[in-house]
Amino acid sequence: MEFLLEPFAYDFFMRGLLAAVMVGALCGAVGVYVVLRGMSYVGHGLSHAAIGGAIIGITFNLDFYAGALIMGLLAALAINQITKNSHIKLDAAIGIVTTAIFALGVAIVSKLRNFKQNFEAALFGNILGITDQDLMMIAGVTVITLITMFFCYRTLLFSTFDHEAARIFGVKTNTVEFLFSLLLTLSVIVSLNVVGVTMVAATLIAPAITARMLTDSFSRMIVLAILFGSVTGIVGMYLSYIFNVASGTTIVLFSTLVFSLTLMAHLLRRQ
Amino acid sequence: MQHVWQVLMQAITPSDAQSHAAIKLTGVTAGYGKHIVFRDLSLEIASGQFIGIVGPTACGKTTLLKIILGVQPAITGTVRLHNHCVGSAKPGTVGYVPQLGSVDWTFPVTVEEVIMMGLYTNGRYWPWLSKTEKISIHAMADRLGVYDCLHQHIVNISGGQRQRTFLARALINRPKLLILDEPTSGVDIKTQHEVLHLLGDINREGITILLTTHDLNAVASHLPWVICFNRGMIAQGRPNDIFTNEILTQTYGGDIVIVKHEGHLLIANSTPLNFMDDTK
Repeated sequence: MEFLLEPFAYDFFMRGLLAAVMVGALCGAVGVYVVLRGMSYVGHGLSHAAIGGAIIGITFNLDFYAGALIMGLLAALAINQITKNSHIKLDAAIGIVTTAIFALGVAIVSKLRNFKQNFEAALFGNILGITDQDLMMIAGVTVITLITMFFCYRTLLFSTFDHEAARIFGVKTNTVEFLFSLLLTLSVIVSLNVVGVTMVAATLIAPAITARMLTDSFSRMIVLAILFGSVTGIVGMYLSYIFNVASGTTIVLFSTLVFSLTLMAHLLRRQ
Repeated sequence: MQHVWQVLMQAITPSDAQSHAAIKLTGVTAGYGKHIVFRDLSLEIASGQFIGIVGPTACGKTTLLKIILGVQPAITGTVRLHNHCVGSAKPGTVGYVPQLGSVDWTFPVTVEEVIMMGLYTNGRYWPWLSKTEKISIHAMADRLGVYDCLHQHIVNISGGQRQRTFLARALINRPKLLILDEPTSGVDIKTQHEVLHLLGDINREGITILLTTHDLNAVASHLPWVICFNRGMIAQGRPNDIFTNEILTQTYGGDIVIVKHEGHLLIANSTPLNFMDDTK
């Protein structure tokens, strides 16, 4: 019993746990819109653009978050404009825009051999190294995103379900698109240090698709996705301590396990 | 003296507002980039009319609807809805029902949630429904016959109920103009009949209705006014008057057989299918 309660005595674990719960809830909520808009690949792409942007930002003496935000947002807007004004599909636009920004970041690191910044945490996630500044950023973005999604629930639902009809009914769809791109970019950026560039996509998608199998109602899907995201964050963190494995990976693996079990139950029920 | 004359002339000359044009297109040219779909189209639809637009695939019907709905800007010309420039009209004055084929049926929404989307213009920011909104949704669902499936997922209801759900979403704001994109496609003949009857009832309450369709027989038996369209207006009038071999051939570009039986029109393609010969 003492062994089970042991991690709670450590300050770094409690900080990591808090970060994991908030990122889980945040990605769960945003992930519902990502999945339903058919943008599942965008989280993966934006995380690459953000890390590229962070490197470019640091080169210009900017903060990690500032560079990541600027380039992440630019990438999101560029993807939006390319798909809207050409015959290029979303997956192709994500592929070219975000990889190009990532490549630019890698080129800068290769050129400046004496680059001091360590990007390992952002690449693979280092939840146990979460600082007070990281925690504040995560809390701020989570609160802002959830409040915005709460008060824009009707417009977000309408424009996600039927973009053209929403526009006809008077929804300012361009503003909604921009707002969603901003919230998504912010969510991806604050999740980087928790789960890492390589795992952000799964953190966004897994809770949403698990929730989708359990309900046919949009409002219930959001609540369930937030719940799954938070719970997998807590359990994933705990498993990470017990098995001494990187916490980003245990969170993603545990959420995939929950998804797989739900999928099996879903398939059995349909038979 | 001249000012008095102008005022007097304005009083006796029917203006747009007085003639109650629900839709007025003047010299509209529309297209996508360099591809022009139709040129210099002028069209006026009076308030309270129930009109169907018919024409072959890719003839510009959907483009015309998009121009009227303000989704696509006209290259030249003006579009006015109830005497307001398209886009500047108060949200909620135009109701729209999309083609059922364009709806994502896997999206997790219940019938109630779809109807609720129509209440967007209420300016209410809470995600849940107010008591008044609930009463309004229940009344509309009851009227359109979807009350019993309010909490069902949209994929689990019949074709007719799906059409009625989207109709409820369009009507919940009591619009003055209702536009439907092919409401008769993808549903069986009985449902087609029910939907067109329902639209007739809605029209009798004073709502102007404009729809596009491929079903000439349904139009001939249910709609009072038809526009034959093919990259421009070919003709408009009562189905009995304009569904002639000449006009339909001009619209569709092929031979059309029109049979009149006890005051009803039956329209079919004149070219028989090959398999009919095989049975000989």
